[in-house]
Amino acid sequence: MTETTVREKPAAAAQRATKPSGPIGARIERKEDARFLTGAGQYTDDVTLPHQTHACFVRSPHAHAKIRSIHTDAAKRSPGVLAVYTGADLPASVGGLPCGWLITGSDGQPMKEPKHPILAQGKARHVGDPVAIVIAETPDQAKEAAQQVQVDYEPLPAVVDVRDAMRKGAPAVHDEAPDNVCYVWALGDSGALDAAFARAAHVTTLEFVNNRLIPNAIEPRACNAAYSRADDSYTLYVANQNPHVERLLMTAFVLGLPEHKVRVIAPDVGGGFGSKIYLYAEETVCVWAAKRVGRPIKWTAERSESFVADAHGRDHVTRAELALDKDGQFLALRVKTTAAMGAYLSTFASCIPTILYATLLAGQYTTPAIHCEVTAVFTNTAPVDAYRGAGRPEATYVVERLVATAAREMSLAQDEIRRRNFIRKFPYATPVALTYDTGDYEACLDGAMKLADVAGFPKRREEAAKRGKLRGLGYSSYIEACGLAPSNVAGSLGARAGLFEAGEVRVHPTGKVTVFTGSHSHGQGHETTFAQVVADRLGIAVDDVEVVHGDTGRIPFGMGTYGSRSIAVGGTAIMKALDKIVAKGRKIAAHLMEVSDADVEFTDGKFTVKGTDKNVAFAQVALTAYVPHNYPLDKLEPGLDETAFYDPTNFTYPAGTHICEVEVDPETGETKIASFTACDDFGNIINPMIVEGQVHGGLAQGIGQALLEGCVYDRESGQLLTGSYMDYAMPRAADLPSFKVDTRVTPCTHNPLGVKGCGEAGAIGAPAAVMNAICDATGAKDIEMPATSERVWRAVRASQKRI
Amino acid sequence: MKIPVSLTVNGQPVSTQVEPRTLLVEFLRGPLQLTGTHVGCDTAQCGACTVLVDGKPMKSCNMLAVQAQGKTITTIEGLATDGALHPMQAAFRKNHGLQCGFCTPGMVMAAVGLAGQAKQPTEAQIREALDGNFCRCTGYHNIVKAVQEGLAEMTA
Repeated sequence: MTETTVREKPAAAAQRATKPSGPIGARIERKEDARFLTGAGQYTDDVTLPHQTHACFVRSPHAHAKIRSIHTDAAKRSPGVLAVYTGADLPASVGGLPCGWLITGSDGQPMKEPKHPILAQGKARHVGDPVAIVIAETPDQAKEAAQQVQVDYEPLPAVVDVRDAMRKGAPAVHDEAPDNVCYVWALGDSGALDAAFARAAHVTTLEFVNNRLIPNAIEPRACNAAYSRADDSYTLYVANQNPHVERLLMTAFVLGLPEHKVRVIAPDVGGGFGSKIYLYAEETVCVWAAKRVGRPIKWTAERSESFVADAHGRDHVTRAELALDKDGQFLALRVKTTAAMGAYLSTFASCIPTILYATLLAGQYTTPAIHCEVTAVFTNTAPVDAYRGAGRPEATYVVERLVATAAREMSLAQDEIRRRNFIRKFPYATPVALTYDTGDYEACLDGAMKLADVAGFPKRREEAAKRGKLRGLGYSSYIEACGLAPSNVAGSLGARAGLFEAGEVRVHPTGKVTVFTGSHSHGQGHETTFAQVVADRLGIAVDDVEVVHGDTGRIPFGMGTYGSRSIAVGGTAIMKALDKIVAKGRKIAAHLMEVSDADVEFTDGKFTVKGTDKNVAFAQVALTAYVPHNYPLDKLEPGLDETAFYDPTNFTYPAGTHICEVEVDPETGETKIASFTACDDFGNIINPMIVEGQVHGGLAQGIGQALLEGCVYDRESGQLLTGSYMDYAMPRAADLPSFKVDTRVTPCTHNPLGVKGCGEAGAIGAPAAVMNAICDATGAKDIEMPATSERVWRAVRASQKRI
Repeated sequence: MKIPVSLTVNGQPVSTQVEPRTLLVEFLRGPLQLTGTHVGCDTAQCGACTVLVDGKPMKSCNMLAVQAQGKTITTIEGLATDGALHPMQAAFRKNHGLQCGFCTPGMVMAAVGLAGQAKQPTEAQIREALDGNFCRCTGYHNIVKAVQEGLAEMTA
């Protein structure tokens, strides 16, 4: 029986969003939808370049194998073939794919960074590892010729499961790491921890797997790489989330090309969820080969390739212990995790189970002592990197599964144990390196409980029991850290990249505006949200603002989109550029009205002399900037075009409570989501319609992880057993309910929009909510995700035996 | 060896020669340059390539171009009339039934195809009917709302 306490808070800092007066906060229909709904979007595979050729990659069928020799003669003679290259054809100047975050282990040693060649050299280390590229006139010719490439493999024993990687005698994925350990890293004070555990009244211990997931953006990865002899330059179209980073890594670290001679365009991108952040081998090989072939090279992954060659997510095995006093107060948390890196270090692989995981283990609670040790291991599988949430879903799963289990073990209500431990004073410095700036966790908990009708749950459970069904309720009060920052702190922690964002606001003579953002939209709707921000600040129509993204040839710089950072970091960069526009506009307006700058204020699209109704419109100022006849040319440059870079001073901390209600059929183990409720605090919200959509999508992926999705490699052979949509269970419409979502608002304190980010919350909070609900329904202590009917059925049987 | 094929695509007659193995989706995206129809998988599971064949939704990766001989094909490009969105397209926009837009053409065509099957299906029926179409962005919540509203508009 789940006990519940419903306490509605009186007036609090956290309020429901009020109805907006301007574009900010309005549910504006998306600008980008017109092209997407009429088939006019332009995704990478829709780009056809003159004289383009087509590439097909030859991939390793073995999880681990020595490459004795590769014979390409037959393939080269195949009809339409222009070139075939293998790892042996790459000059020594071509480097491996770099990892963007150096983790230093507890022993002071840097992580092991074995070379990640763009075409396998000497060994293939996972099924799907690219071994050769075939370039031909048509896709079919390339594919047929690829089958003519003869690779003489000597298969080697493989290790694919994190639990096997460190076993004595396990095959070594890389000679540089004979024990398969990439690093052992720790965070927190283990001394304080031991003392706290010694005086604990209760300790809850769980061991669990965070299942490996395959991101599965519906647009497969693709590229089209062209070389121009005219100016010795390259243009790369690529389905990617951060084109500037792609260009920097590819030119400076792998191919040794001049950065300014390479233009990377990430046009419409059909979903990313992290998997398109990274610099991959395929587009790098195509750029390298484009000059040799002298014609553009196009490659589009088939879905079967996506399964084996996209970076995967999660894949942790964890043992976690929570120490509590007799009142359910958390005293200490000890976590030990082994995390898979896969066969090679993907672009941000190393920071996911460390910087983005262990630092989140305080959750929403005042746990005073926390220690986390992470061992990262190489396995003969596709690389593992950030997937929606990236470290934070794993941390939330640890904390919220422990909290729910502790509550059950101590007969405390699920909300009560959380209320007793919530952080209530901000700013709050956690024992794991973060400082939360603001939040009101109880407001979200109360909001979720009300929306989920927790009060009515006992009745629903009773009613279900009459039908022979088991009902369960699961809570997950998550926290996430978004807008990874600041750059100098991240740098001291091993980041090899800046974490700022850039934005340019170009006001045209007619007062229309083009915004160039370093953020990238691949479904998030930036073209609308950012236009709302600009329209609100300048007092112009949303339709008069065009947002351009995804092109290194047009945008000053950018770190792209990942980690729910776009509005908090990219939006703030635009705000800063807008500040410069307004500041210059005031000077122009002051000149026109013959007053001093200090006497001019800008509101509602008008520059007004303070305390009077004398004003000039924004459009008039814009025109004056470009037709500077009556203009202070001695003091001010003409034109109205400003760029700003913004490096945040802290993370933002979205948080919320998700409540899942499940109904389990004990006869079959079939589990249905009866309802799913999310009450989130994303700070201020620019477009509630878009934010709700982001929450829905995240929830679907989180519920997918809990109930359906699981990447399975054969433990012996290393073959991917879930290599198609017939084997990997993607959530379909009938697998999911309609969601109940609401928000509470505590504005972020350190950015001008007061925004926190919303893209990952659903995927972070949902898995623990679902699994807590299933455990509540079945009485099981733990069930491994995905909670398939078989696993749930076995858990029900085991619980019945205990009774 | 190419063989002749004649069909109607978005109201226009098309007569040409194709390789026998050419899939309908390859024919649409390649020679006809109708790139609104997308390819998201290689096992006929994702539904991104759904078009209407004689008014019925069909996965165009699951059909050869030559099998479309004499048939009438409607793709996402052929849905709007005189620049006005089809009621289903309008409903998707109004209800934020799309995010990255990649599954959208197939999803919209599948939804339009539903009109012939049920006038006012329930939420559960719509979810079952969309079984052949993946969306990874929206969690289907707003798609279901859009389809419900679009169907109501179509039959109004």
